[in-house]
Amino acid sequence: MDRELAGLDALELASPPPRSRAVRVWSAVWPALGGALIALAAWQLVVLSGWRPDYLLPGPKVVFSRLLIDAGQPAFHEAVAITLQRALAGYGLAVAGGGLIGAVVARNRPLRRACGSLITGVQSMPSIAWFPLAILLFGLNETAIIFVVLLGAAPAVANGLITGIDNIPPVLLRCGRVMGARSIWLYRHVVLPASLPAFLGGLKQGWAFAWRSLMAGELLVVLGNRPSLGARLQFAREFSDAAGLLAAMVVILIIGMLVDGLFGLVEREVRSRWGLTGE
Amino acid sequence: MSLQALPDVGVDSQREVAVRVDGVSKVFGQGRSAILALHQVSLELNRGEFVCLVGASGSGKSTLLNLLAGLEQPSAGHIDSGGTRCALLFQDGALFPWLTAAGNVELALRLRGLARTERRRRALELLRLVRLDGFAQRRPHELSGGMRQRVALARALAQEADILLMDEPFGALDAITRDLLHDELETIWRERSLTVLFVTHNPREAVRLGDRVVVFTSRPGSVAAEIRVTLNRPRRTDSALVANVAAEISDRLRSEVRAHGLSHPTESLVSRGPRG
Repeated sequence: MDRELAGLDALELASPPPRSRAVRVWSAVWPALGGALIALAAWQLVVLSGWRPDYLLPGPKVVFSRLLIDAGQPAFHEAVAITLQRALAGYGLAVAGGGLIGAVVARNRPLRRACGSLITGVQSMPSIAWFPLAILLFGLNETAIIFVVLLGAAPAVANGLITGIDNIPPVLLRCGRVMGARSIWLYRHVVLPASLPAFLGGLKQGWAFAWRSLMAGELLVVLGNRPSLGARLQFAREFSDAAGLLAAMVVILIIGMLVDGLFGLVEREVRSRWGLTGE
Repeated sequence: MSLQALPDVGVDSQREVAVRVDGVSKVFGQGRSAILALHQVSLELNRGEFVCLVGASGSGKSTLLNLLAGLEQPSAGHIDSGGTRCALLFQDGALFPWLTAAGNVELALRLRGLARTERRRRALELLRLVRLDGFAQRRPHELSGGMRQRVALARALAQEADILLMDEPFGALDAITRDLLHDELETIWRERSLTVLFVTHNPREAVRLGDRVVVFTSRPGSVAAEIRVTLNRPRRTDSALVANVAAEISDRLRSEVRAHGLSHPTESLVSRGPRG
């Protein structure tokens, strides 16, 4: 019987695909690079067409050489650092708050009825609409910006977790309960890991909302002695510094893409571990 | 003849009763839409006994397992388990996909409060028992269906429960794999003196494995007959002796299904009870 079982095991297991990590990373990177090249070419074409004068719409070459100069200046470093600090603070709070709300709401039916559509409603509300209130409540300061970033991202995070928990196969929950996992233990060992793939989707979406809200906030709430990427956009417009403006926009775009790529990597890793890739 | 009808009370009065199900009924829903899933089911499981439960669809087999496992409460009657604990094995294994084979077994041990090093050791031991110690670090999706069920069996054994409940555990497997797993389950059952309640819709499988086969009626589920199987072990699913006993059970099940075709022609089409 042992040999029969071993033979059957050997027959039934297909050999895993021999793709190395380098190949996987490259196959994810090259389409992104191709897309960037296409975008740059389109930009250059618009500039060459003479639609707007050079001082209003400079080409990629001018903007990127300006970006190189900016990148060497301490003021620029400070601006990027402050913007990233705000993003991390607001997003971190949103993950903690949204995660907590999602976890509580998902498994509690009355609360779910009461708050489910409210969460979705707040999520679809443009976060810039919160700024006037935030400025009234907190004044023109950091707190107002963080508050709006938090409100922008938290509902997406909460909804991601709720969706994840909703889609857990019931048999896994029954199984966890039969194994003796109750309340917190069931959450820790079954509910949270089982909902992680969908939750990651919510985290990624939450980041996108946080980043957008932050840029809107930095344009509206420009603080003295607190340089930021949003403030650089605003000043560049006021001084008609088109190259500087576009350089700041490129940085905003690259940061957004880098974080998105990071989420993509984590998501892929989790999906393949969970056996969710369609192989 | 190798089978005989049993009286309502278990014949092996000298054996210790592991769990006694006494007049248990289970109703789902309320008012007019209520569905009676189980009706006055009485059943005894003796320690070390392998009992198979056979029934057509809608016989409430899975409901009974849920009641025994403590996942649901009976609407009437009671289950006297004397503090016995049950492990439940599901049809698709229900392994946690984010954990390796060893991780799945270790989680069961962890929930029982075992220390880390002890968990490692015990998990490997149990995987060796189901001949999967070479696959400890594989994740469920990297294993075949039969291998997953063996990991699930190891995980159920890790719970050190008094009774092993199995809900059509090999229903989704091919015939060759199923035959091998029957042999394997029988060996483990004998070596570890397990008490098993094995639910299946396949009469041959029931006769292949069981000391006793309990035949369930459908909608509501209740005990229609108990058949003692005295064929020598190990039995073969494809042997004539097993087929003979299985044929009688099949006839019993078919007359059960026919009766529903006559008595509730519309209801049986419209109202669907819980699965099992």
